[in-house]
Amino acid sequence: MQLRTDVSSLDGWTVVSVYGELDVASAPALRERLVDLVTQGYHHLVLDLEGLDFLDSTGLGAIISALKRARTNGGDLRLVCTQSRIRRLFEITALDKAFPLFSSLDDAVRA
Amino acid sequence: MAVVELEIPARPAYLSLVRLVVDAAVGSLAPGLGGARLDDLKLAVTEACSNAIEAHQSVWTDQPVIVRCQLDNDTVTVEVADHGGGFDPGEVTTLPAATDPSRLRHESGLGIPLMRTLSDDLAFVTRPDGTTVRLTVYRAKTT
Repeated sequence: MQLRTDVSSLDGWTVVSVYGELDVASAPALRERLVDLVTQGYHHLVLDLEGLDFLDSTGLGAIISALKRARTNGGDLRLVCTQSRIRRLFEITALDKAFPLFSSLDDAVRA
Repeated sequence: MAVVELEIPARPAYLSLVRLVVDAAVGSLAPGLGGARLDDLKLAVTEACSNAIEAHQSVWTDQPVIVRCQLDNDTVTVEVADHGGGFDPGEVTTLPAATDPSRLRHESGLGIPLMRTLSDDLAFVTRPDGTTVRLTVYRAKTT
């Protein structure tokens, strides 16, 4: 299954909604998409993972890369994620302490 | 005991197929192992296959990666055999704690620690022509 991304905006944040499977096959495309957005000046990003069916360590790497890039530019990257199987990967790598994980888009942009 | 073997070209596009086969094999032959534990196994197998594909690309081989699922009364074992250059699992970098700001410098290197966490037993077997990663989960174990 291919990865699909939709980009929208909400209260000054750029929301990237991700659908499909994020692994070695698809992570480079997401990494490039997020790098493009930060390069274009969109430094406050919300990554909506509610439509994600699978996430592996390479996908996590792409997300870490985007977080660093956003913060380097004075922005941030927040994650919306309620699915237990996706949250679990953040929890067992303890990256939930590095990334704010929110349960809705509204929570993410209003935090 | 049942064995399901899959041979894939060493390309990332086939990872999705590997997950489907593991899901189907475990779902039909070891139905007690479902939910989060099956998700964990599929993630661990994906990590092993990703490493195998990377190993193949580093030595420019076009040989296939073999994924072998062995299911018996007590265990589900998935072996991922590559024809790459091999590696020393003992030399894998230990990552800083997540609360350490330097942790975010590491965008890779999570695969082997994840495999260790997600399986009940993890073994690396070095063969003359490559490496076999063996992931085992115990069917009776409850989370």
